Amino acid sequence: MEYTISKNAKLTTIILIVVGLLALIVGLTTDHGHHVSQRFWANLLVNGYFYFTISLAALFFLALQYVSEMAWGVTTHRVFQAIMSFMPIGAVVLLAVFIAGAAHMHHLYHWMDPEVHNPESSHYDELIANKGAYLNIPFFFVRSLIYIGVWMFFAYWFRKKSMEEDQLNLAAGDVSPIYKRSIFMGVLFIFFFAYTSSSSAWDWLMSIDTHWFSTLFGWYAFSGMWVSCMIFAVVLVLYLKGKGFLKEVNDSHIHDLGKWMFAISCLWSYLWFSQFMLIWYSDIPEEVTYYLFRFEHYKLLYVGTFFVNFLLPFFILMSRDAKRNAVFLLPIALIIFVGHWLDVLTMVLPGTMFEDGQLGMVEIGMFLMFTGVFIFVVLTSLTKASLVTKNHPMLDESLHLHH
Amino acid sequence: MHKEAAIREPLILGDDVTYSKISDDVLATIEGKTTKGWKILMTIAAIVGLWGVGNILYLIGTGIGTWGLNKTVGWAWDITNFVWWVGIGHAGTLISAVLLLFRQKWRMAINRPAEAMTIFAVFMAGLFPMIHMGRIWMAYWVLPLPNEFGPMWVNFNSPLLWDVFAISTYLSVSLVFWYIGLIPDFATIRDRAKSPVPKLMYSLLSFGWTGNAKAWQRFEEVSLVLAGLATPLVFSVHSIVSMDFATSVIPGWHTTIFPPYFVAGAVFSGFAMVQTLMIIVRKVMHLEKYVTIKHIEYMNIIIIVTGSIVGVAYLTELFISWYSGVEYESYAFINRFSGPYAWAYWCMMTCNVISPHLFWWKKLRTNLAFTFIMSIIVNIGMWFERFVIIVTSVHRDYLPSSWSMFYPTWVDIGVFIGTLGLFSVFYLLFLRYFPVLALNELKTILKSSGEKYKNMSDEDFKKLHPVKK
Repeated sequence: MEYTISKNAKLTTIILIVVGLLALIVGLTTDHGHHVSQRFWANLLVNGYFYFTISLAALFFLALQYVSEMAWGVTTHRVFQAIMSFMPIGAVVLLAVFIAGAAHMHHLYHWMDPEVHNPESSHYDELIANKGAYLNIPFFFVRSLIYIGVWMFFAYWFRKKSMEEDQLNLAAGDVSPIYKRSIFMGVLFIFFFAYTSSSSAWDWLMSIDTHWFSTLFGWYAFSGMWVSCMIFAVVLVLYLKGKGFLKEVNDSHIHDLGKWMFAISCLWSYLWFSQFMLIWYSDIPEEVTYYLFRFEHYKLLYVGTFFVNFLLPFFILMSRDAKRNAVFLLPIALIIFVGHWLDVLTMVLPGTMFEDGQLGMVEIGMFLMFTGVFIFVVLTSLTKASLVTKNHPMLDESLHLHH
Repeated sequence: MHKEAAIREPLILGDDVTYSKISDDVLATIEGKTTKGWKILMTIAAIVGLWGVGNILYLIGTGIGTWGLNKTVGWAWDITNFVWWVGIGHAGTLISAVLLLFRQKWRMAINRPAEAMTIFAVFMAGLFPMIHMGRIWMAYWVLPLPNEFGPMWVNFNSPLLWDVFAISTYLSVSLVFWYIGLIPDFATIRDRAKSPVPKLMYSLLSFGWTGNAKAWQRFEEVSLVLAGLATPLVFSVHSIVSMDFATSVIPGWHTTIFPPYFVAGAVFSGFAMVQTLMIIVRKVMHLEKYVTIKHIEYMNIIIIVTGSIVGVAYLTELFISWYSGVEYESYAFINRFSGPYAWAYWCMMTCNVISPHLFWWKKLRTNLAFTFIMSIIVNIGMWFERFVIIVTSVHRDYLPSSWSMFYPTWVDIGVFIGTLGLFSVFYLLFLRYFPVLALNELKTILKSSGEKYKNMSDEDFKKLHPVKK
């Protein structure tokens, strides 16, 4: 069944964008602190990263479906492809932030300042200078462009091949040749992603707190993007079903999506706790500063985010029935979606806005605006192809899913 | 699920497989006579195990000074062996619980032997901290029991205590899970037994299982609930083992990636041990129809995935040790790859990070001999991983005048070899007297994944199973 965006949906995204933009402008003009431009760029990074990595995680999950011979998800392939479609815009936003940083229009990345690398300067920072072999502007751009370029190539490939697969005229018993190649490409992508998901998180987020380091950080950021993507997918599928589309998706599919949202929430909480507990327990000065600063200045946001993102899905979605029921799934999904956005916010703001970071008009406005654009892009992508793929060799198994 | 995609390879091979043939094939060893080969293996295993027991008794009688430990290296083979065995004990619950939640049908053929391996491996693991206490008769002091020792009480701040809870919980849940799966199979043996003694034994073991629909429904429900409980345990056990190290302030031990990375490493080594055992078992017990090359391939894929996760973690640690700019942190890793224990580090790297990538070739990962050799290599590599983490991080501490090396004594070696023997004794008993595959669970996938039924046309299948309306 072909999907068309309803008038209401269009209106909602426009309202989100307009209200967000207004809030952003009002927020920026009424902010008389010293860090107005820094605040703008920091928020651009937060939302660019948040939504770009949701798309990226959709690509990962799609690749994972091929690699692991996952049948149940075939009916929702198009949904994940649509979520992927935001990648180019997210990439532009991220690159704009990085270029502005390199041009010293903001100071999100302390290490981009040449003074900290200059032994003659009064701002010389030996620790940062020692990281210069890795944290320098050219190498940073080379890495970022490679990540983004390769990831987007895979996203483009999967989408293109999936559309081609729809057009195939297969005789009974024939297996789509694209299926096998998709498995191969899925393996390649996951292999590349295994390394770059961590290193991109070091580059784009961990290097904000330049002195600080944590080996777990990459995996923690990865679990965050994955769970945000699953949440968005759950909401989108429920929305489409509510509008009478995606008839092929039954209770069991919803249940499975709910399970993923539940499971990756647990994974995220596990990694959050592991990183926090080990650093808190050892109490080594160079590590513990990260948490001390957040506990001092961002306590409610930071700690609250953890408890909401962990306890809410954990207790409410534990039962089987809740995972099949929109009445439970939707509110939890919406709350923890904001929760995971706050997680990215508290990864960025403390190291860029220091004591002055807050959850104000600018933050909320930028979030609403990006959300509006994101939803619009995703829904537009859905209109461009049938909502369920054809010719996938496991489609039939997926259609008969029942458990 | 009613329908399985045609491209999925069959999981039960052969055109002659029926429900009763599955029972016959799996129970052949229990119902037949003890073979010569089993007796020979059992004798060897028992001798090696007894040698280990002798070493342990000598150690307890004399003191842990008989190990090669010194004032700088306070943990070495003892804890290495402990972590190694716990790691091996990970695959069983992953296969039985996590793969159940993921609805992986291929788990049916390997869950039973893997869970048995898990339980025996955890027995072996538990032995090491206990004998490490020296006065093993005080081992129960690790439990928070009301006591008359005055102010003696366990230290809840210590990850070593968390370990006691984590591992004992893991062992109990794994045992219950394993046993519940065994009940219907014991009942099958009971129903087929001819002589009175085995009949009595197996009817006691089967708890009066009747096999009616209600019983099966409860069986499936309990399995799911236990799988749900066991899944967090798969993560918690090795996470907490890793915290024994990571909560410290020792460079090389204190790193935040440890919990998930230890879990991946444990699954990696656990699957390697499953391969080592299953490649022999399927051949000797003629179970090639049920534990197919496809099963071996799936497990090899898990070995590539977990091996790669471990590889990413190694490289992350290495990179961050430089990136941190902390002198001690960097030195711990420089010392690892270029110090006196560099040979152990490179052995670990080769076995765990480089060699599993050979499995990218389908020819290699479907080759039994190669898989067997690789599984041994991974077992060795994972032993070295723990040795490298434990010994190289402490043998050169903050005070260069205390730097030292660790040399194992014959007691160190004897205890370790002994646990291999004891493990084999348990495993051989299991192979002889327990249903080695979950035969009743296997029967549930025969019609959907058996070769005969997969190749059948829809009409033939309907003729065979007419639906009454």
